[in-house]
Amino acid sequence: MTTEVLQTPPIAAGTTPAAAPPSDLAAFWHDFRRNTGAVIGLAIIVVVTGLAVFAPLIAPHHPDRTDSTAFLRPPVWQDGGSWSHLLGTDAIGRDLLSRLIWGAQLSLSIGVAVVVLSLVSGVLIGMAAGYFRGWIETAIMRAMDVILTLPSLLLAIVIVAILGPGLANAMIAVALVTLPHYVRLTRAAVIGELSKDYVTAARVGGSSNLRIMFKEVLPNCAAPLIVQASLGVSAAILDAAALGFLGLGAQPPASEWGTMLADAREFVLRAWWVVTFPGLMILITVLAFNLVGDGLRDALDPKLKR
Amino acid sequence: MTPDTILSVDGLTVRFDASQPLLTRLVTRTGRRTVHAVELVDLQIARGSTFALVGESGCGKSTIARTIAGVQRPTGGGVSFMGVDIAAFRTRRASMRYRRDLQMIFQDPYASLNPRWRVGRIIAEPIVTHGLLKRGRELDLRIEELLSTVGLSPSDARKFPHQFSGGQRQRISIARALASNPAFIVCDEPTSALDVSVQAQILNLMRKLQQELGLTYLLISHNLAVVAHMADSLGVMYLGRIVEQGDAGQLLDDPQHPYTRLLLDTVPDPHAPNRSRTRLAGEVPSPLSPPTGCAFHPRCPVANERCSHEIPRPVRVRKAWVSCHAVEEARLPPSLPNMLDPLNNTGDAA
Repeated sequence: MTTEVLQTPPIAAGTTPAAAPPSDLAAFWHDFRRNTGAVIGLAIIVVVTGLAVFAPLIAPHHPDRTDSTAFLRPPVWQDGGSWSHLLGTDAIGRDLLSRLIWGAQLSLSIGVAVVVLSLVSGVLIGMAAGYFRGWIETAIMRAMDVILTLPSLLLAIVIVAILGPGLANAMIAVALVTLPHYVRLTRAAVIGELSKDYVTAARVGGSSNLRIMFKEVLPNCAAPLIVQASLGVSAAILDAAALGFLGLGAQPPASEWGTMLADAREFVLRAWWVVTFPGLMILITVLAFNLVGDGLRDALDPKLKR
Repeated sequence: MTPDTILSVDGLTVRFDASQPLLTRLVTRTGRRTVHAVELVDLQIARGSTFALVGESGCGKSTIARTIAGVQRPTGGGVSFMGVDIAAFRTRRASMRYRRDLQMIFQDPYASLNPRWRVGRIIAEPIVTHGLLKRGRELDLRIEELLSTVGLSPSDARKFPHQFSGGQRQRISIARALASNPAFIVCDEPTSALDVSVQAQILNLMRKLQQELGLTYLLISHNLAVVAHMADSLGVMYLGRIVEQGDAGQLLDDPQHPYTRLLLDTVPDPHAPNRSRTRLAGEVPSPLSPPTGCAFHPRCPVANERCSHEIPRPVRVRKAWVSCHAVEEARLPPSLPNMLDPLNNTGDAA
């Protein structure tokens, strides 16, 4: 984004290599790397993303194939476990490990898609509210207040009921329910930035509204939005799981972590692994996104540097 | 308006609506409240000169600066820059020529530069906005030239603002203001956030640039030493009005208006630490409900009955205009008496 102005002539770069500051990406990585938790989180996300992408190659079994000889078989290290089902099987004999690996695909794409949808629309709406103020702001913020007054899951259920059950509609519903957080966050950050003199300088200089909004102001509002988005991925996974549990989200036999968790709730006492492993996957993934969000905030905020 | 006038402000009035929301007003039975930030200000600035506006905090000097810079709409009156009324611009395109010729330097060097942009991009922004140069080698050279003009190194273009000190940031601000080759620069307290030693450097840089580039400055300041160093003409503001304006030398050596005299008395003189001075008693009244008549009369040691109900009109005193009944009636004593029992004085008189 900033590189077009900043291309340095090759002569200068060649004569004074030591004085040349590192590129944006290198500087960012240098700051990010110092946060150990964030690096661990990033590693986990990379691994989980890898599982999701290469699920057909990694998973030992097809996620939907039932094995009628092995209902609720325990993991391999427990009595009765077998090497063909490393983490055991569920109530109808499906391999738990394979379903977890395939579930990474579904859960991650739900989380990311929901966050992208609500982040993009939330930033646009919040930017309009914060920048233009007046009746536009009042209308937008009151509409967001209305969304916030309704219990989020209940509202999501209503939206899915109107649109019809299914994964895509569940994602739209969750995105709409989480929208007010992004709108409010963006508006507050934009109002804070607009009072600063660099915005006045841009106005005095004749920059257009759109340029001030998205080139000058938005990058300075990014830090809280990035943190909210990383938390939002986990919240979206959980919300989508809740809808799946109610039969409004991912439809069986889709192997989505939240749905797996919900399906297994009646076996909590008899077969701990059926509940524990999907729960652990959600926990680890959510934790990883939060750690990375923290690290991103620290690395992206120039005020926290050095 | 003389031919060499570059900027002329006529009857400028700026008011802000500070009312509570409608519902609160209905419940508490209060009316609308208006802040009278600037009231009927007239001033002319000659090309190539420095006009300084001084006054206490909240007297409206920054509002005048923002109105002239086109980021605040006037409630009444007008600002004409190079003979064009700036309030008449309907579209952004129409105002582009004026925006190119008029730039601004800000008080806080930590807020006036976008923290996420590199210095090179900050300085390039006005050039790119006005389409003066295409991105590329020519633009890079121009940025390097601007950086050396303000005393920075060309390699600083690749750094971020947080890597610089306050004085250096103010130099970057000046480089950005110069980028579009303006004729007029509004300087809103350009040195009040800086160390004294750095202040002098920045002021000397501004003077050097003025001589080299023929710039005109509107300098907003509350620091009379800065004003004495820089200004050709001077306007003294009190509660939204200009009480005295004219030749800077005359105003500083032989001030007429009681407020100007009291303001100058507050400047410490290292050569005469024990000289007798008249204290400025009381506090600035609220611009929400300015006093009737002369706005200064509740704090003025020579105010009389007429001052409390009639707004004084400017009268000519040699090279200056003074808005004061006492000056007009020639009843001003050579040294002002202290006010022992100031009217409407809620503050500590000591």
